[in-house]
Amino acid sequence: MSVLTVHGLNVSAGDAELVRDVSFTIGKGERVGLIGESGSGKSVTASAVMGLLSEELTASGSITLNGKQIVGMPERQLSRLRGRDMSMVFQEPMTALNPAMQVGKQVAEVMSLHRTQPDRRSARAAAVDLLGRVRLPDPQRAAKSYPHQLSGGQRQRVMLAIALANNPSLLICDEPTTALDVTVQAQILDLILANTNDSALLFITHDLAVVATVCERVLVMYNGRIVESGLVRDVFTAPEHRYTRQLLASSDLEATDENGRLRTVSHD
Amino acid sequence: MTTAAMKRRTPTLTVGAILVGLVVLLAVMSFLWTPHDPTRVDAAVRLLGPTGDYLFGTDKFGRDLVSQIMVGARTTLYVGVVAVGVAAVIGTPLGILAAMGPRWLGEFVMRVNDLVLAFPALLLAIMFGAVFGASTLTAMIAIGIATVPSFARIARSGTLQVMSTEYVLAARAAGRSRFAIAHRHVLPNVAGLLIVQSSVSFAIAVLAEAALSFLGFGTRPPTPSWGRMLQESQELLAVQPRLAIVPGIAIAIAVLGFNLLGDGLRDRLDPRLAGRR
Amino acid sequence: MILGIARRTAIFLVSVLAASIAVFLFMAVLPGDPAQVALGINATPELIARTRAEFGTDRPLTTQYFDWIGGVLTGDFGRSYVTRDLIGPQLADRLGVTLWLVGAAMVIAVVIAVPLGSFAAVRHRKVSGTVISGASQLGVAVPAFLAGILLVQVFAVQWRLLPSGGWTPPNQDFGEFLRGLVLPALALGLVQGAVLTRYVRSAVLDTLREDYLRTARAKGLMPGQALVRHGLRNAAVPVVTVLGLQLTTLLIGAVVVERVFVLPGLGSMLLDAVAARDLLTVQGIVLVLVIAALLVNFLVDLLYTVIDPRLRRS
Repeated sequence: MSVLTVHGLNVSAGDAELVRDVSFTIGKGERVGLIGESGSGKSVTASAVMGLLSEELTASGSITLNGKQIVGMPERQLSRLRGRDMSMVFQEPMTALNPAMQVGKQVAEVMSLHRTQPDRRSARAAAVDLLGRVRLPDPQRAAKSYPHQLSGGQRQRVMLAIALANNPSLLICDEPTTALDVTVQAQILDLILANTNDSALLFITHDLAVVATVCERVLVMYNGRIVESGLVRDVFTAPEHRYTRQLLASSDLEATDENGRLRTVSHD
Repeated sequence: MTTAAMKRRTPTLTVGAILVGLVVLLAVMSFLWTPHDPTRVDAAVRLLGPTGDYLFGTDKFGRDLVSQIMVGARTTLYVGVVAVGVAAVIGTPLGILAAMGPRWLGEFVMRVNDLVLAFPALLLAIMFGAVFGASTLTAMIAIGIATVPSFARIARSGTLQVMSTEYVLAARAAGRSRFAIAHRHVLPNVAGLLIVQSSVSFAIAVLAEAALSFLGFGTRPPTPSWGRMLQESQELLAVQPRLAIVPGIAIAIAVLGFNLLGDGLRDRLDPRLAGRR
Repeated sequence: MILGIARRTAIFLVSVLAASIAVFLFMAVLPGDPAQVALGINATPELIARTRAEFGTDRPLTTQYFDWIGGVLTGDFGRSYVTRDLIGPQLADRLGVTLWLVGAAMVIAVVIAVPLGSFAAVRHRKVSGTVISGASQLGVAVPAFLAGILLVQVFAVQWRLLPSGGWTPPNQDFGEFLRGLVLPALALGLVQGAVLTRYVRSAVLDTLREDYLRTARAKGLMPGQALVRHGLRNAAVPVVTVLGLQLTTLLIGAVVVERVFVLPGLGSMLLDAVAARDLLTVQGIVLVLVIAALLVNFLVDLLYTVIDPRLRRS
């Protein structure tokens, strides 16, 4: 049985439709990439799954997580799923953590909140363990530091620790490495791979190389729709949709068109 | 920014402009015509209630309230213009100097700024009143001086921001003098911020004048002032609350108007700040 | 961090010194001889000379300054030129009244502003949020003394629930003291609360847009929980700044409310001293007010580092 099933999802802001008729499923232990340029609706889709759409956006259609309907679910019930059954790592590690709280407490909070640790003390200990698991050097000390004392890569590890703390069945990563140095990127990707064996993973990116490393299946989003989907190998070697072909062509920095200019995706 | 938010923001500016316009209109009209002489004392018409002849009635000396409010609007505007003028004329160059001049000068200016900030406007006005005698002008110069730090701060931070932009760096690289840069690039860019600050400071000055007149440190009789009207109303409050309510509403309208105008201008100038303050 | 505190302390002390010199010089340039003023125009030259010697105003300015400031450090503000009484004890009494008033007003302001401002921020797109912002705009536009006059009108004159003025020291009759404090503190606190509400609203609005609040929601916190646990502390920095500024302006700003309610506060003492041209008293009061303002700024600076760990570096 699939962990996440999205069927006929529409998200609109007033008259403008940001996501149109999106459907896909992710099974247990499956890693699915969601690619597309900025503004194509990737992040909005992720927010809809988390039930975290901003007030002016409305979702319709169906999103089920382990059989539970997310669309229209009351806030209180949703909040019990978030951080426990599904969690999310955001793009900007520099601003995603509370600057006024020790990171250990921020990790421990997600466990005491969902009572996955019996008490404060064990939540704290578990937080230190988690910080070790995401390979922060000296986790004891790291737990006591504030975000501004950590580097961008270290902060993203903390975010990952928060996301993984309750062994969620669905992990959503929204461009988790875009803001990081190339060397740090690889380490974070390794960590995500190593820690999501049983979870379903939805990985949002515009970096095709990252998709190729991390994911088994890929969804290509363009202008609010999923225009192509399939195994990474198939889609990348034999793209069917024109936009996917352009995306592949433009991702190869060597590729130039007949005028010698870099290929970019054209809009129509 | 969604279009819905844009639409909702506009009333702030409009309402502010209308209220300020109302005060200005009253003041301008008072030069041409008032229903009665605002300073004429006439025991025969003491404490009249609102009638056709005296729209808001008369005070304990038989003076017409409407006429006093109209001429009082002049005092209110005069007060704001003097206080904001003093603050802007001293504070703006100081702030720009602090940002563009040598580091020690900037540090020194900001320290003095902090020191002046320790003298609240009302305290400074009372001190000035004690030394130079109580009058509208002394009170307003004092309030202006107390407002200098606000202008200096805003001019400084605005200047620092402009100085780090690429076009200024380019101008400096091209060998333009500091003065030329200040004139061509800095002033036009901080002008918006200063206009917003002026509007907010104007409101504060109006409130301060009212408080000072109430204490007897502001406008001297017989010049009509809203604050003094309030003070004179106090003894008769139980029997004639009208005497306090009329000038009170006038003050509130002016303060509200200038505050809303400032907020509206701020949102216009910097949409990112919409909804703040 | 210790270095930062030491640096701030040094700045504070230098500022106090500079302020005391500024206040002293300002009073010294005043036209008119205190002895002449105290004795009236009919005094003989010998009497004036003797009074000058008594006041010490015949000495060089530097001597006068050091004599004065040295006394102030030990709590001796000198004797009033007019009543010949010691200034210090009266100053302490009056300051106590003002501190009660301002303290109670600040409590009222915070109790109003923090929940209302946060609510208005969370609901800023809804009617309830707009109504609160509008009401706070209106509240800001009402002079505190007008609020006082209206409160007296309603609660003291019409309903006869509370006294319209006067002061009972807390150690004399605590119940009466509280009854007397309610209306003036409300007059001051409601208006300051309106001002503060606007700042709380804007600070919370800024915080609501922060990424870490989205993180908090993604962890499973309800919107209100997320704001209380992660937002308020971060929104506190700008709010504390405004609180500090309000506190310093209120110490003197309370004077209008003191006048409305006939309270023997510091502001009233200042006005009386100015009216009597009792310069040494004016000088002492102004110094106390300015030092209080500097002290509040200093404490606010220290408080920042407690609230925001990012400021603890330096």
